[in-house]
Amino acid sequence: MTGKRCVIIFSARMKKITYSLNYRKPKNQYFDHDELVVCLRYYHSIGNGKYKVTKKSTGIKCKLEDWDTDWHKSNNRHPIKSSDPDYLEKNTLLKNLSVELHSHAKNIKVSNGVLNSKIPEGSLDMKWTNHKNNVRLVSPANKRNIDVIVVGTGLAGGSASATLAEQGYNVKAFCFQDSSRRAHSIAAQGGINAAKNYQGDGDSVYRLFYDTIKGGDYRSREANVYRLAEVSTSIIDQCVAQGVPFAREYGGLLDNRSFGGVLVSRTFYAKGQTGQQLLLGAYSAMNRQIARGKIKMYSRHEMMDIVIIDGKAKGIITRNLVTGEIESHSAHAVVLASGGYGNLFYLSTNAMGSNVSAAWKVHKKGAFFANPSFTQIHPTCIPVSGDYQSKLTLMSESLRNDGRIWVPKKLEDAKKIRNNILKPTDVPEDDRDYYLERRYPAFGNLVPRDVASRAAKERCDSGYGVNKTGEAVFLDFSSSIIRYGKEKALVKGLDVNDLNLIKSLGEDVIKAKYGNLFQMYEKIVDQDPYKTPMMIYPAVHYTMGGLWVDYNLMTTIPGCYAIGEANFSDHGANRLGASALMQGLADGYFVLPNTINDFLADDIKTGPIDNELPEFTQAKKSVEDSIEKLMKINGTKTVDYFHKKLGKIIWNNCGMSRNSVDLKSAIKEIQKLKKQFYSDLLIPGDQFSFNEPLAKALRVADFMELGELFALDALKRNESCGGHFREEFQTKEGEAMRNDEEFTFVSAWEYNKVIENSTLHKEKLLFDNVELKNRSYK
Amino acid sequence: MLKKLFNSSIGRKIAMALSGIFLIVFLTQHFLINITSVFSDSLFNWLSHFMGTNPLVQFVLQPILIAGVLFHFVMGFILDYQNRKARPVNYAVFSGSKNSLMVSRYMILSGTVILSFLGLHFYDFWIPEMEYKYIEFKPDDPNRYHHELVEKFQDPIKVVFYCISFVFLALHLVHGLASSTQSLGTSNRYSSLIKKISYSFGIFIPLGFCFIAIYHFLSH
Amino acid sequence: MKLFLKIWRQKDSKEKGKIVNYEIDKISEDMSFLEMMDVLNEKIVLNGGDPVAFDHDCREGICGSCSMFINGEPHGPDRGVTTCQLHMRKFKDGDTIYIEPFRSRAFPIIKDLVVDRTAFDRIQQAGGYISINTSGNTLDANTIPIEKENADKAFDAATCIGCGACVATCKNSSAMLFVSAKVSQFSLLPQGKVEATDRVLNMVKQMDLEGFGNCTNTGACHVECPKGISLDYIAKLNTEYAKASLKK
Repeated sequence: MTGKRCVIIFSARMKKITYSLNYRKPKNQYFDHDELVVCLRYYHSIGNGKYKVTKKSTGIKCKLEDWDTDWHKSNNRHPIKSSDPDYLEKNTLLKNLSVELHSHAKNIKVSNGVLNSKIPEGSLDMKWTNHKNNVRLVSPANKRNIDVIVVGTGLAGGSASATLAEQGYNVKAFCFQDSSRRAHSIAAQGGINAAKNYQGDGDSVYRLFYDTIKGGDYRSREANVYRLAEVSTSIIDQCVAQGVPFAREYGGLLDNRSFGGVLVSRTFYAKGQTGQQLLLGAYSAMNRQIARGKIKMYSRHEMMDIVIIDGKAKGIITRNLVTGEIESHSAHAVVLASGGYGNLFYLSTNAMGSNVSAAWKVHKKGAFFANPSFTQIHPTCIPVSGDYQSKLTLMSESLRNDGRIWVPKKLEDAKKIRNNILKPTDVPEDDRDYYLERRYPAFGNLVPRDVASRAAKERCDSGYGVNKTGEAVFLDFSSSIIRYGKEKALVKGLDVNDLNLIKSLGEDVIKAKYGNLFQMYEKIVDQDPYKTPMMIYPAVHYTMGGLWVDYNLMTTIPGCYAIGEANFSDHGANRLGASALMQGLADGYFVLPNTINDFLADDIKTGPIDNELPEFTQAKKSVEDSIEKLMKINGTKTVDYFHKKLGKIIWNNCGMSRNSVDLKSAIKEIQKLKKQFYSDLLIPGDQFSFNEPLAKALRVADFMELGELFALDALKRNESCGGHFREEFQTKEGEAMRNDEEFTFVSAWEYNKVIENSTLHKEKLLFDNVELKNRSYK
Repeated sequence: MLKKLFNSSIGRKIAMALSGIFLIVFLTQHFLINITSVFSDSLFNWLSHFMGTNPLVQFVLQPILIAGVLFHFVMGFILDYQNRKARPVNYAVFSGSKNSLMVSRYMILSGTVILSFLGLHFYDFWIPEMEYKYIEFKPDDPNRYHHELVEKFQDPIKVVFYCISFVFLALHLVHGLASSTQSLGTSNRYSSLIKKISYSFGIFIPLGFCFIAIYHFLSH
Repeated sequence: MKLFLKIWRQKDSKEKGKIVNYEIDKISEDMSFLEMMDVLNEKIVLNGGDPVAFDHDCREGICGSCSMFINGEPHGPDRGVTTCQLHMRKFKDGDTIYIEPFRSRAFPIIKDLVVDRTAFDRIQQAGGYISINTSGNTLDANTIPIEKENADKAFDAATCIGCGACVATCKNSSAMLFVSAKVSQFSLLPQGKVEATDRVLNMVKQMDLEGFGNCTNTGACHVECPKGISLDYIAKLNTEYAKASLKK
């Protein structure tokens, strides 16, 4: 495509220069490293207001990112030699022109080669409104003729299914669990952010936006994050209307608490079970639509592949986990809400069944996978206790509101504690190192997760760890217990000097806030956290990376959407606490149901899609083949053996801190492990029955491939940002060092059979509304 | 409306509770009259004669009572049958004792014992009474009741059987009263009080009946 | 420690099942019950057998997937936990442990210890929701203040994880605790009161259709409930149902 644009610049002496720009493709598809061709024409006046061309340039190329106001100075970019008699004058003209071109280059929708993020025009705060006003709609009568598949029924999938069905679409919802209510969103504990500013502490949509962008270490898309902050308030309204029992104050209004990385209280919560309550809200909205016949629910079904017809997503292939049957399901659009892939690490706080397969299958069929290595390692989890361990348990970040994190100051104390000679409660106050308060006085124990996790690792690596394995730090509630106890005693007019009374009053307050978490801890560790400090250690918790999506949440496959944790869009390189729930519900309730109409508007006349089209039978056949392939190996090692090994490789080489040597060796190790997987795997039973090892093997097969891309992505990002910490790129104090010059982009990977050769596409991130600063929580 | 109510599981549960409470009221009344036999022949005779001859009691309350008893038993058996059907395959190990009171799990058993006792009791008192009044049309004798009562308790085997039955009655009442109020929706806020009342009532009344039987056995 | 396991094995919903004996050794007391099962399954698979199927997912006591009837009690001998949170320190070396599926006519067995609990979903579909659309254009969340006591009670009811322990342990296989928790959560909140009458009638109707037994107030459900849902809610359900029936 060629577009032209001419600007005429008159000189004082009635000479002029014009230029034209040759576009080789739509303006908004330009990426920074693309070149723009400028043709210049020099004229001289021949009287009567007429001009004659003196000289034509053959076209000067310059990369978009290199345009600047000194563009003309560079010798190789302008055709005017000093031998030219009008050399000086022409150069003045050129200088003026270069200013013009500079602003023009900036105005070209810088984007991203094949990646078109489709960010709407307008100022940041009007983008979403404008976009909603401009997208096409589908009439209710036509919606009845359109089917949508939603894979996953967590917060994002559940809320999307309910809303799409509410609007009139026929929804087919799939989950691998026995009921949609069991999706892993249910395990989210702490809360959900919303810019309601009920506390009057200066919160606003802009602040939530800013905190999220900053918390994500400037690696997320401005427009998406602003939209997220904007719709966050509706989420709370919606959930309250649905009967979600959020915590309330005595006056009957909603209560808030504070989370890491922010200085306001904007987190709504329901004790330590916020995720559960929100999910049950979405589940109830789904139930209403199931009862109306608008959602057909397929539980115990796993998505095995996506079906693409004429370049558009038209259905999925599933495996019935009870009967083993391979089924085809067709629709006019496919929405992936299949969650994150933290289970790549084997040990994580994810549910046992959480997997990447749906997203990976879509990736293999052409959707780009963005920032795969951006993983959140949550600082407060119960430490690993042995090799048999199957999963890690999170202790909500909200605990950091009242718990103080410390290790002993003296190495010998740490050693004694490890050997059970010294009790933590016997370590005097002066000998405790509250390292977060020490290093980050402004945010203290409430620094963002990535910062807190790295600090814990640093202390433990230096030998101050406090459990048997030396990989744990203390989270101590004793001072909060005393503080709350005194407060309560004063209110009740009791003796504030009676330490036992104060403690028991304080424990009651803590119990009311975190009772279920404390109970959970006690059951697992067999220690009473009211009396002795909790032991915690970072663990894999959330994956910011995911399928690349545009502003409409559509992947690079037309008609295939990704929402919630499955996409990459809002959290950049690090997610703030209580934002996952917000994003899941925002995507599902409010964003996708608006943007998907635009795509489905083309389908009002399509009619039902036959699920026996050749594309379906082909996809089905290849799924059956891949299952057969695994079943036939008949080796000697169980699936868990491979999964554990893979997890160890990833954790040790691509965990909380990474370096290029380890990352390179991880890629090699994974490749080796993958070979062994396909030659020595043992799956019992047959494929046409309830066969959990087979289901697991299919998931682990995809984890193997993802693992390689994960390491590759981490290797190619030569900077430290958010959860991605490269040892080569750190400040003297050990803080992460970003490289905004070279890495302010989203890495979107295009699949290649040889994972190492996957193509990297860069989506340049533009920050028009915030200034990229060094993220400091000091 | 009512039909719908009593066709549902909760409706039947409420019906069981209501009939149970009705029977408890009757039982209390029965006990209060019987206990007079211990200290006053004449009061007992007078009360018994009133109950035995008053047309309201005889032709309105008595049929209602019999209907109530029949309903409670029949419904109890139906519910038990349905409940058994709700678990077609039984557990190999079932540790009910760890989470509930034995009495609450064996209401059907205590109920069945009480039913068989009622058979004997009817045979002992009610059938002769009915014969006396409505079949043989014997003359009205306001002073016969006390001495008839005492006579019945001269057989030690019968007294033992009565007492055993009263133990089962106690077991039934201890859970029954509290359970009825729960079925009717009393809040747990009062549950400890209700449990106490239920225990005391459930033990006191059958104990009282035992006392009456043994007293008459021993005192003559 | 060494353990003797007696586990219910059943190939699928149609075939008859039976108890099968297993022996397992070197179990650490810090393991969770399901991790012990993982160890057992690994051993079975390596010996060429079919591993014991059981439902599990989050392994932190909130998803409600795990459902084992251990030594006569759902989720085993500990209180306030699900099977995945039960730790082996609750058992002794040499113990014999019976492991059975949750049994009820309404929970047909799928395989071994896996049962089909979709009856619960259908009860919820019958009315376990508030009929509002999901546009987000409702009242501001703080428009209606809710008495803290009621909000807390509604929350306590809403903590139900739908695991089915109440049904499994009830001698009558009654689902009253589950249904009452859901009905109460909504009826305690002003938003839910609007539809309270229809909701309770429809949900109880569905509960009866699913083939659960009748409640006889033994209270076992409350004791075994991993979330300790109170019997109060059952009492509340009874009155609500009675009132609703009289209204309609």
